[in-house]
Amino acid sequence: MRDFAKDILEVLEENARATSGEIATLLGRPEGEVAAEIKSLEDSGIIRKYMTMINWEKVDDGYVYAIVELKVSLSRDKGYDAIAERISRFSEVQSVRLISGDHDISFTVRGRSMKDVAFFVTEKIATLEGVEATCTHFVLKSYKEHGVILYDRVQPKRLVVTA
Amino acid sequence: MTRSETGSKNKKLAMEKPVLWSPEFHLSSTVRDMPPSGIRKFFDIVVGMEDVISLGVGEPDFPTPWHIREACIYSLECGHTSYTSNKGLIELREILAESTKEELDLDYDPEEEILITTGVSEAVDLAFRATLNPGDEVIVPQPCYVAYVPDVLLAGGVPKPVATRLSEEFKLRPEDFRDAIGERTKALVLSYPNNPTGAIMTREDLEEIADLVVENDLLVISDEVYGKLTYDGDHASFAQLEGMRGRTVVLNGLSKSCAMTGWRIGYAIGDPAIIGAMTKVHQYTMLCAPTMAQVAAVEAFQRGDSEVKAMKREYDRRRRLFVSELERLGLPCFEPKGAFYAFPSIEGTGLTSEEFAEQLLKEQRVAAVPGNAFGESGEGFLRCSYATSREEILEAVDRIERFLADLSA
Repeated sequence: MRDFAKDILEVLEENARATSGEIATLLGRPEGEVAAEIKSLEDSGIIRKYMTMINWEKVDDGYVYAIVELKVSLSRDKGYDAIAERISRFSEVQSVRLISGDHDISFTVRGRSMKDVAFFVTEKIATLEGVEATCTHFVLKSYKEHGVILYDRVQPKRLVVTA
Repeated sequence: MTRSETGSKNKKLAMEKPVLWSPEFHLSSTVRDMPPSGIRKFFDIVVGMEDVISLGVGEPDFPTPWHIREACIYSLECGHTSYTSNKGLIELREILAESTKEELDLDYDPEEEILITTGVSEAVDLAFRATLNPGDEVIVPQPCYVAYVPDVLLAGGVPKPVATRLSEEFKLRPEDFRDAIGERTKALVLSYPNNPTGAIMTREDLEEIADLVVENDLLVISDEVYGKLTYDGDHASFAQLEGMRGRTVVLNGLSKSCAMTGWRIGYAIGDPAIIGAMTKVHQYTMLCAPTMAQVAAVEAFQRGDSEVKAMKREYDRRRRLFVSELERLGLPCFEPKGAFYAFPSIEGTGLTSEEFAEQLLKEQRVAAVPGNAFGESGEGFLRCSYATSREEILEAVDRIERFLADLSA
């Protein structure tokens, strides 16, 4: 991919609200070129969505998250993709990944309560054909999400004026 | 009379006739006559003020990358707390030789031609002390970093400032250089990419002055600490020019490129005779650079490259953002090609650099450094560091805009 496109993606990945004009200034390119490149990145599916990162833990009545690992048995006509795609369709599920190691598939699920999440896993996932075992880990605290540190830190101070 | 009896007798005399003790009288005249740094003066005004946005900082706003800090912590856990050799850890010098080969395509012997110093500041001091005899002149293109002139004076030399100009992108011009050369001229200081102007000297620019260096048999002390922060093409070192390697002492360090200012790690590379002489001074004054910082530097050289590049990309974006905003405000500004400073002219406001900076600070709480802190030829300019977040840059620009509007109202 051209560096220009990568530069745009890097700016947008950090700030979805950056306008073409702002990006053009940062990269030293004409605004029209930037807008056209963004359009083509959207059309080709490289840019999927513009999102906001929210620390729901700071919001009252927030969410409960769990990481669920699955062991899966495959049949001749049903591979990993079929099961993973089926799980992906549930709106409760936030991400689905095929993984190496003791388990085959890992997904994250979001609910309003632990009961909510537990019943979702036992009723909707454990009962799926091909799912042999589930292992649910409730998330107690998030320290870092999408590269952003969530805990409060004391910022080191710089002198205001130095040579 | 025994010794102690003499002592007590003198004590008695002193009590009867007290001699006026004047510490000033005991100061070195060189130090006493040295003006305080313009930056220091300004710093005293800022202290205690709240809600100040600072464009006055000469260091990165990023903390040192975590893996470098972590490597240092581990070395402390292992107990690596003794001295290193005077010249510095051999692993560090070897890596430095490799990285210099890669970046400048020059070979240096890690045993004889590389010295690790406590920051580039120490390396600057050593270079002058190791080479100057009383009365030797050193040509210093200005505006420039504040330490060269005092360091030349401390080494018994005579600094010869040469003005560089906005109209010539703050490069050292051969005509000006020639005019400054005299019988006693021994060395030329080059500091590009430049603090405070952001100017660079390309290979062609350097070639234009190389003949004069040879004709007059000069030594070149080249402070390249901002070399890795060059946005327009690749950094060129004077040592890379044909036949100039031996005449050049390259000074560099990790402070700016790796965000490691507080670690105090610099280095000097050059001819074995000069590096040897610098090592002599270093061993009697500093002994060696801090061991834990040297260990961190090894990590920085081995695995710090991607962070250096990422930080540089971010500075480059802030540079474009800041310069375009200054243009919008109508402050004439040379587009900086390196380092992380913009150096707009504030001459049009009718204020001096110091008046402008002081009023801007008091009225809008934006700290920037008056250009004359970097030499007389910096008068009429303001050094603004863009090593601060984009949000802060934009807020600072808004405040400067209000300040300018109030001035013309």
